Amino acid sequence: MTTTGPTGAKLGPYVISSRFGLRQSWGIEAYLAHEGYEGLRKALAMTPEDVHQAALASSILGRGGAGFDAGRKWGMLRKAKPNYLVVNGDESEPATFKDHAIMEGDPHQLIEGILTCAYATGADQVFLYVRGEMALAHERLQAALNEAYDYGAVGRNILGSDFSVDIVIHPGAGAYICGDETGMLESLEGKRGYPRIKPPFYPAVIGLYGAPTVVNNVETLSNLPWIMRNGSDAFSALGEGRSRGTKILSLSGHVRRPGNYEVEFAKLTFRDLIYDAKLGAGIREDRGLKAIIPGGASSPWFGPDHLDLSLANEAIAEAGSMVGSGAITIMDETTCTVRAAWRITRFFHRESCGQCTPCREGSGWAEKVMRRIEDGEGREADLDLLMDICDNISPGVVWPPAQTTICPLGPSIPSPVASAIRLFRGEFLDHIRQGLCPFPPDRLQTSPAYA
Amino acid sequence: MARLNDDNLVRARELIALYPVKRSALIPVLHVLQEQDGYLSPDGLSHVAELFDLTAAEVRGTASFYDMFFLEPVGRYVVAVCTNIACMLAGAYELLDHIEKRLEISAGGTTADGSFTLEDAECLALCGNAPCLTVNWRYFGDMTPGRWETLAEDLLAGRLADEVPPHGTLCRVRRAVGLPASAPAASDAAGAGRSAASKGAAQGSAKRQVPAALDNAGHLDHAGHEVQLATSRSTAAVGSTLAPGGSPREAAGEGEATGDAQ
Repeated sequence: MTTTGPTGAKLGPYVISSRFGLRQSWGIEAYLAHEGYEGLRKALAMTPEDVHQAALASSILGRGGAGFDAGRKWGMLRKAKPNYLVVNGDESEPATFKDHAIMEGDPHQLIEGILTCAYATGADQVFLYVRGEMALAHERLQAALNEAYDYGAVGRNILGSDFSVDIVIHPGAGAYICGDETGMLESLEGKRGYPRIKPPFYPAVIGLYGAPTVVNNVETLSNLPWIMRNGSDAFSALGEGRSRGTKILSLSGHVRRPGNYEVEFAKLTFRDLIYDAKLGAGIREDRGLKAIIPGGASSPWFGPDHLDLSLANEAIAEAGSMVGSGAITIMDETTCTVRAAWRITRFFHRESCGQCTPCREGSGWAEKVMRRIEDGEGREADLDLLMDICDNISPGVVWPPAQTTICPLGPSIPSPVASAIRLFRGEFLDHIRQGLCPFPPDRLQTSPAYA
Repeated sequence: MARLNDDNLVRARELIALYPVKRSALIPVLHVLQEQDGYLSPDGLSHVAELFDLTAAEVRGTASFYDMFFLEPVGRYVVAVCTNIACMLAGAYELLDHIEKRLEISAGGTTADGSFTLEDAECLALCGNAPCLTVNWRYFGDMTPGRWETLAEDLLAGRLADEVPPHGTLCRVRRAVGLPASAPAASDAAGAGRSAASKGAAQGSAKRQVPAALDNAGHLDHAGHEVQLATSRSTAAVGSTLAPGGSPREAAGEGEATGDAQ
């Protein structure tokens, strides 16, 4: 197997990350020196309807995880005043760190994207919900927002136009569930972040304070300045099918060069991403590949047989998983997959809000049973028991998962559990029969680039 | 430890004025309270409840949902070690184990001298620099036991005072403007707000705020609050997360990111 080298993978173009390497990339000087707020000027010279049409024509899908058509989402807004734009910067999906990089690295680009969307949707006010733990992102965003007000890009008569809107940066306080859009709205209303019962299905109909509300992800909106400057055709010319434009892939785990990589959508395979010298640069210590988590902790895993799968929405969905938030975690052959699956299950258990029984109880039971297997105290019947728990949480344990709960957290629980059992049943049995974990503990192994 | 002091009361009122519905400012104001005292004291929660026309139980009910809010006093430095999947694969439990031994506490505990509170945290979104941790929500990536030793020494010696503010401090940059866009339309905004409220099932007793409370204030007095944002250790994350593949342009200009606690 290739250990590293060029695979022919092409980097870029850089729609979102073009300024990330600049000195003081988060300040308005760097931003204005590199086409900053030019997209917004173009947008303001158009009608809001034309800006909406441009978003539709770009075919951009939401980058938060669900992949909903962003332009269509705006079109679903109920015609009533006031209406709001809520920006989802509560990035908490395990192994996802792209929005974090965007908010710290290029806050003005996000603000410009927000304003473009607010103009197209006629939003009366914008709330930018930023994950509480990201203190530096809060500081850079607030500083950038102050600069943008000074510059005249936010507030009254934006850039000399008739359009006026304000942006409020709202801090979260530590809760994965607030990344769910209705959980976020509850949190924004000053309550516990319990996702709302559906229907109503869409915040575009009944959202914040009961008013029509667009909820968009940070990465999604950060594409808009480029789209406005270069045109929707230039954007939709990138990628293929339902995977247009570029995507920031958050690569983590046992690769030599973990990090965020912006690549053209649907033009790379997992092999390119992991082994190309300019990307992951191969697996550390030239070990073999064991498993891939293709789209965040909520996504079903792949084995090495999926290395040549295209990193595209369609191909990954067809293979039974999802691009999700674009978080790709690589596990090498020394990884204990029982431990890995247990840790993700523990996450869901800790973050379950507790409203729905299948999620609240199922996550806890699955975590306990996984833990006892890892500790060498499992029994063979535990494998059926775990699959039965999964089946109770999400009947059939299929992909896309069946829903028994208010929000998608519950149906995500079977992803690590069932994936690990289906792909690595023998490892579970080894734990049970040997009465201990046959793998060495995960060793500290920081990236050589920073060692 | 008590009620919000005068400065923070002003901040709370400014925050409340930013939202069309008062209760929306609850979490931001709780962050202010935690910044003041390091945790959410019973007296502080009662004071916040008064401000929002809520009961202390309602305020506590919201606060207790969120991991970042502490209802009991914590150490000067809250150290959150991520042990989720990406960090675990990079040896996060070995790191946590080392820190537990050195501080002589288990995750969830506080050292006897009140210096450190240690947490076993969920994904902190710095997976390109695993394993990572935060100290008072400031990031430190590519951690090793050796780097922890240096970090702990630097913290205790006060050498990182600029980079790691006291626990509870979320954002040192104050909003410099009120709500100029909505100010002239104050009456409209209030009217529109009422129609929204009548449709909103989840309103409860929330009181409406007219954004004109700041009446097109433009720049508030605390504009120009100076904060050096180019912190070296925490921004290592930004410098490196896209450096490898993201953007080759002027990458050499990223001089601030030393990325190393040593």
